Amino acid sequence: MSDQAGEDPIEGAVAPELAAELPGLRLRFAVIDGVAGRTPRALRLRLEDVSNRFRGANAIALRTRPVPRAYRVFFRQVGLDPDVDRTPVEQAAIARLVRGELHTGDRVSDALVLAVMETGVPVVAFDEDALAGEVVLRAAGTGETLPAGAYAHDVPRGRLVLADDGGPVAVLFGRMSDRHAAERGCTRVRLVAVQVPGVPSAHVDEALWLAAGGLSEDGA
Amino acid sequence: MVLIDQLSPDAPRVARHPGVVDERGARRTLRTQIARLERELGETILAAFPHVTEPAGAAPPALGAGPRLLDLGELERVRDDLAERIRRARVGVAGRAELEAESRALLEEMLRDPKRHRHVRLPVADLGERGCGAYSVRPRLGVIGMLAGWWHVKLSSGCPLPAPA
Repeated sequence: MSDQAGEDPIEGAVAPELAAELPGLRLRFAVIDGVAGRTPRALRLRLEDVSNRFRGANAIALRTRPVPRAYRVFFRQVGLDPDVDRTPVEQAAIARLVRGELHTGDRVSDALVLAVMETGVPVVAFDEDALAGEVVLRAAGTGETLPAGAYAHDVPRGRLVLADDGGPVAVLFGRMSDRHAAERGCTRVRLVAVQVPGVPSAHVDEALWLAAGGLSEDGA
Repeated sequence: MVLIDQLSPDAPRVARHPGVVDERGARRTLRTQIARLERELGETILAAFPHVTEPAGAAPPALGAGPRLLDLGELERVRDDLAERIRRARVGVAGRAELEAESRALLEEMLRDPKRHRHVRLPVADLGERGCGAYSVRPRLGVIGMLAGWWHVKLSSGCPLPAPA
């Protein structure tokens, strides 16, 4: 990560008013020379292993595990109902139960699913070359928009977003700008993880490492 | 000679804004309560699964508007909604416990006196057990048992026979 193997993730910026209201809310990221495209065999095998270990009983008990529960609590604290707008780990768990597998064929998606299923910490991937400056976690201002193809979605004032110098690039745990998403063809990827109160830093770092490993050349 | 600024003991106190500080403390308290209630709700639902499902809460106003910092009133509504869900889940759990107790009593009665509970069918799920079987009071030896008053309790597996091709 960050062009050097074994380097720790970097602490990102959280807007002061958010940090004051929600102590423990942190942003961590890593920039890697990743490879998008089809899922390599090594990553697919890892996903199969995770999928085979994950059963209905795990899905039922998921909400009582510390890290998934921390995200559920955070969802409620920012006005989301986790039983309606599922947390990322629960979304992945439901997808596993419905589809019977985790593998989708898209390398970026599969690497992120591996990270969230193993640690409970969601990671998002941006095309580093499409970003302008640092990614910060803040509340949207008046009149800000989220790029979406040839159009732009209005982002209500106060909505929590991940933003670079040009404006919002993703709604927190929600819609992502398709202009900034890491897709086939991008070679440098910024992996961003939002650490909510109650989640140990080690889990966040592990999630970033797992995602980075899935996007490395051999997918290991 | 150096003039040193010094606060006069007669100077008025600087007015604070207690509302702002207190509200932040109140919001923090509410968030702590929300965390505790979420844990309780999860444990209640898990303990009673699958017989008690998550009770749907009345969505607080403006839910679905996306993640944002909630004000004091909104946090209170979230907390109250969670408390109400826990209450309804516990009502469901209590109702379930009552059903299982009544079912166990019924099973004892069926075993003690099958004749008085002819054709009664008691699913094992009502006893809190896994599976799709059922206890039922059936006559021994078919029609002969029915005419002679020979009844007994049978436990079926519940698995349906394969459908004809």
